[in-house]
Amino acid sequence: MVQMITADGERVENAEYDKLVADLTDEDLRGFYRDMVLVRRVDNEGTALQRQGQLGLWAPVLGQEATQIGTGRATHPNDYIFPTYREHGVAFTRGVPPETLLGMFRGVSHGGWDPTENNFHTYTIVIGSQTLHAVGYAMGVQRDGNVGTGDPDRDTAVMAFFGDGASSQGDVNEALVFSASYNAPVLFICQNNQWAISEPSTRQTRIPLYRRGEGFGIPGVRVDGNDVLAMYAVTKASLDHVRSGAGPLLIEAFTYRMGAHTTADDPTKYRSSAEVDAWSRRDPIDRFRKYLVNNGTADEAFLTSVDDEADQLAARVRAACIGMPDPDPSTMFDHAYANPHPLVDEERAWLAEYNASFTDASVAGGE
Amino acid sequence: MEKLPIAKAINAGLRKALEDDPKVLLMGEDIGPLGGVFRVTEGLQKDFGEDRVIDTPLAESGIVGTAIGLAVRGYRPVVEIQFDAFIFPAYDQIVTQLAKLHNRTAGTVKTPVVIRVPYGGGIGSPEHHSESPEALFAHVAGLRLISPSNSNDAYWMIQQAIQDDDPVMIFEPKRRYWQKGEVDFQNSPGDKHRAHIVRPGTDLTLAAYGPLVTTALSAAEAAQEEGKNIEVIDLRSLSPIDFETLAESVNRTGHLVIAHEAPTFVGLGAEIAARITERCFFSLEAPVLRVGGFHLPYPPSRLEEHYLPDLDRMLDAVDRSLAY
Repeated sequence: MVQMITADGERVENAEYDKLVADLTDEDLRGFYRDMVLVRRVDNEGTALQRQGQLGLWAPVLGQEATQIGTGRATHPNDYIFPTYREHGVAFTRGVPPETLLGMFRGVSHGGWDPTENNFHTYTIVIGSQTLHAVGYAMGVQRDGNVGTGDPDRDTAVMAFFGDGASSQGDVNEALVFSASYNAPVLFICQNNQWAISEPSTRQTRIPLYRRGEGFGIPGVRVDGNDVLAMYAVTKASLDHVRSGAGPLLIEAFTYRMGAHTTADDPTKYRSSAEVDAWSRRDPIDRFRKYLVNNGTADEAFLTSVDDEADQLAARVRAACIGMPDPDPSTMFDHAYANPHPLVDEERAWLAEYNASFTDASVAGGE
Repeated sequence: MEKLPIAKAINAGLRKALEDDPKVLLMGEDIGPLGGVFRVTEGLQKDFGEDRVIDTPLAESGIVGTAIGLAVRGYRPVVEIQFDAFIFPAYDQIVTQLAKLHNRTAGTVKTPVVIRVPYGGGIGSPEHHSESPEALFAHVAGLRLISPSNSNDAYWMIQQAIQDDDPVMIFEPKRRYWQKGEVDFQNSPGDKHRAHIVRPGTDLTLAAYGPLVTTALSAAEAAQEEGKNIEVIDLRSLSPIDFETLAESVNRTGHLVIAHEAPTFVGLGAEIAARITERCFFSLEAPVLRVGGFHLPYPPSRLEEHYLPDLDRMLDAVDRSLAY
């Protein structure tokens, strides 16, 4: 397992990957920390907003911040990312406003952002479906000639996120087959957070998940998913490999979902507090803070400023969430089809007339 | 004008689409050197290369799922499903992803994927090679379904499907692939979602689509000998359905028989009967009658002649309707 910073915040030398972080400035490193703290704060706000009835559901990313910030920060703007429904941290690195992520969970949209704006696709809820979309997109990148040109502004990688549970899905296995057969520029990121709702990762596999690609001809590497530096380094190297046209790769980010699968879940029913305690001692933010403080990259003033920023962001997200109005009912008909459709038009008109009849009746009968 | 079998007309339509738009790609099992098990894509890989006519691994969900990704990237993939019932491994991708991505992204992502489905019975094949699953897809918002019944429509409708920014499933009547018909390469028959009156009549409207249009026309000929003047409508589009043309016809004839190979239970005929009853209640002189398959798994091929609606079953329904 690739690790560059231990749970105690000690830097471990890594012959293969040290060169990939050599050009990171102190500012970059502080940025990783800031990203993780902000994302955790937004995530906790999501859970709180659900508890207060402002969201129908929330899928917490608590504990997986290092994986998501490390991978997200390693991407180029022209790389295209296909997330699951828990990539709040990756979304943050791509510039998707955090409050936008809440729209789907509040029930005002099925997505809420334009995927082409940040090359960050909408969330996909069906487990593993998006991995095939990523492979198809990558086949398109190949046909556009944007692989292996050596031009960093042109070469493009596609990233497919999925979880340990999804590794059992047919679609994920078909995505591995197709990507290998066509040598498609795809980087698969399996976030092994140990639990697929209540099913442990041991129910999905008898071998470590980073080896899942071997039978398909896809090399894999297991990375400490709670180590933001290792995640960044390995992802950066892997994306370079993929963009060069050398074929797909698989990264298993070995991490832990500290919270519930979603706010509808009760993890105390299926996992021990000892397990959760053990993982909380490997917390991605604590360890990176220790590292930054120990080597003098971050001081108290910086840490405080990040906390303040997080509070402000949380307040903004909360206000934006509560301020999200229910959409106008007619808008649900707007994008069922790209081109006009007579049945949709007929039903849109019917609903408008039906709703208007209540307004008229209340006006007529009321006063 | 040229006489072509339906399979060759589709081939010509695909060739035209590949020539006209470099973003058009074909994907499927065995569609390359073999030209597909029905030879519909014959010669296309040779002329357009392996990057545009893509032989795929044997995985239907993978074919449709990757086609979706290609469409997101700006391509227009045309996917071949080898036989009707082989589509089910891809059902999830079609229903939860392809049909919904435009809606999910509030219109910012378009998925112009065409899915070609050779469908229907009458070719003497084993299980899973003869089914008519169109109602399962017609029920799903976000998809468009069409089914040409003749060579001219086959040539034009495949191209119209490819040009559409919505996902389109084209149900190809496989037992009619070798049926020849004239193709007018210059003049398009117009909107792919408009029904055609293929035989005008005054006594009863007989509506069909795909493989049964030929049967319906034969039934109308036979009825003519008994002095019954049957109007035959080729629906052509299964979602949306052109209820305007149907209702206009039924308001004139007062009688409607709808025929399809799929089981009648919760089939397209049920939807048509309900809506035409609503629209034409005061014109109808008889209940709308349906002719179709039974509520059974498609039978072994030695029994399919008892399962498939034929000319006699259509005429029986015509007689029952006119007897009211």
